Amino acid sequence: MHNSELEPMPPNAVLRPGHTFASVTDKIGSLVLVRPYELKWFIGFGIGFSLLMTLLFSAARLFYYGVGIWGIDVPVMWGFAIVNFVWWIGIGHAGTLISAILLLLKQEWRTSINRFAEAMTLFAVACAGMFPLLHLGRPWLFFWLLPYPNTMGLWPQWRSPLIWDVFAVSTYATVSLLFWYVGLIPDLATLRDRARNKWAKMGYGVFALGWRGSAMHWHRYRTVYMLLAGLATPLVVSVHSVVALDFAASLMPGWHTTVFPPYFVAGAIFSGFAMVATLAIPLRAWYGLKDFITDKHLENMCKVMLATGLVVAYGYMMEAFMAWMGNNPNEKFVLLENRPFGPYAHTWRLMMLCNVIAPQVFWFKWARTNVYFIWFMSIVVNIGMWLERYVIVITSLHRDFLPSSWSMYHGTVWDYATYYGTIGLFTTLLFLFIRFLPVISIAEMRELVHETGHKHGRPETSPGSAS
Amino acid sequence: MSQIFHPSANTLARVSILGIGIAVLGGVGGVFAYVRSPYQTQVQVIRNQPVPFSHAHHVRDVGIDCRYCHSTVETASSAGLPPTHTCMSCHSQIWGSADMLAPVRSSLAENKPIVWTRVHDLPDFVYFSHNIHVQKGVGCVSCHGRVDEMPLAWKAEPMTMEWCLDCHRHPEKHLRDPQDVVRMDLVLSSQEQQAKGKELLMRNHIEPDRLTNCSVCHR
Repeated sequence: MHNSELEPMPPNAVLRPGHTFASVTDKIGSLVLVRPYELKWFIGFGIGFSLLMTLLFSAARLFYYGVGIWGIDVPVMWGFAIVNFVWWIGIGHAGTLISAILLLLKQEWRTSINRFAEAMTLFAVACAGMFPLLHLGRPWLFFWLLPYPNTMGLWPQWRSPLIWDVFAVSTYATVSLLFWYVGLIPDLATLRDRARNKWAKMGYGVFALGWRGSAMHWHRYRTVYMLLAGLATPLVVSVHSVVALDFAASLMPGWHTTVFPPYFVAGAIFSGFAMVATLAIPLRAWYGLKDFITDKHLENMCKVMLATGLVVAYGYMMEAFMAWMGNNPNEKFVLLENRPFGPYAHTWRLMMLCNVIAPQVFWFKWARTNVYFIWFMSIVVNIGMWLERYVIVITSLHRDFLPSSWSMYHGTVWDYATYYGTIGLFTTLLFLFIRFLPVISIAEMRELVHETGHKHGRPETSPGSAS
Repeated sequence: MSQIFHPSANTLARVSILGIGIAVLGGVGGVFAYVRSPYQTQVQVIRNQPVPFSHAHHVRDVGIDCRYCHSTVETASSAGLPPTHTCMSCHSQIWGSADMLAPVRSSLAENKPIVWTRVHDLPDFVYFSHNIHVQKGVGCVSCHGRVDEMPLAWKAEPMTMEWCLDCHRHPEKHLRDPQDVVRMDLVLSSQEQQAKGKELLMRNHIEPDRLTNCSVCHR
């Protein structure tokens, strides 16, 4: 460690001054290579893994008994499964935004959070992708969703947004995985070179694809990385727009509105940044990464949450305004009566509190700089965004056009078990990621050391320790 | 620093990329081939029957009309399997004591139908009516093949949904005049068939657009 050379942290830094190429590499690399398994890690992994087993058990039960073990019934056929699907896929959006759009915009503060935000995206998409499949009723026939030459002579229904979903989500998962992996290659090579254990060397070596850090390698790497960023950029907008069309293309009052795609995208980024903050704050505290994930990062995340939260609030307002102005009795009933005053009014009011009122505190500097408060707020936003999807899915369906079929929906214990189970899957994958891969991009941090050094007129730091 | 991998690892890496591609394509291709093969469709798989009944002999050599035995083919969903009495309408007179026909005689004596092994079995979620197909001019041979050349019966066509839809999308390729429906050896050139098919579409009020509605078969 080279801590002796570190300088005190200036207020707006995205990296603590005084770090060198070597100290950055040491610090991040040691999280994976040097540090033994810790109790904290085992406790976190253990909790995640037990919840993952809950998921396995409830999925097995679902396969055996069918979707009847869930709370869904006429008229609410889209219950927790769709709520959770939209919630998870929304959370994934921060990763893509940070990695692609902020990269193209040359926002240097993205550097230390992009790696785990991308990992978070992948794991969130994995959780999200599970729900529509579990919801299928006959999940073993999931491949019917794909267009392939089959003996039934049938294609999927191209006019249905549900089939667009299949393509949107699978494209998103593929591009996110590629982006994450390509970004990892130089770091995998660093770990390969620094690992002492033979199997670790081999493991990192295979996935480093023979990276030697030559100028040619770096040239190609930059080209691919920028191309993938370009490919991923439209996905930030398109994926959640398509998810929004699942609702908007239907005729249900409360769903059938044109504001849905943009307001879903804003909501996705809102919840995604909340999740990044939820994860980043304990991560930097436990693993001593405050030099890299600074208060500046947290403050920026708060600003993004505030901005996207305002767009979401505008979406709520427009829905209500259009219902009032459009004078469609069914839409008016759903948006102006049933949601704020109906049987699910408490859900709607809590959603408004979490998503619209609470984030307004981020106008104040003290709220954006108090770490404990930011963490608390990130949880509030996560809950609020889950409630939003619950309100959208349930309140439109449970009182549809036909009053004789009105009824109430409540998740059963298996709905909750499946939901918490996917949180377990997410946590398990996240802890495995923290244990085996660098949570911050070492290569990009070295670049940041170089750039910030230039900016502050410091002499060139010692050449990188790629070996 | 020593090298972790031998230079041959490069070749290995390239070969495994190719190998993964081949494995995936091969696996998918294998499944595609399997579901279309006789293992799955039972096409041309000959079944053992309690009595070795030869359609080839009865239809081609003797010249019995299909409808003599499958008597409800023009009026009901099921074409009908003949009761033992139908067999006995001839076999009480000829080959009355042949060993081969012992199960038929005991069926008659005990008043128990012969349990034939089923050759064509459509899934229960499909509604199929022989009646409408015959009335609209689909020949027996279109679905059942040259039954007059089958010593023991087999399935001539896969009877997959794709196969059903082929004809429901282009019924004119298979339509015949009423007197030709049960004919096994009718051969028309494609121009003749096209002209005949178009004419019969009109005459029998067949609208191909509606024939591919889900509820035509899945009711």
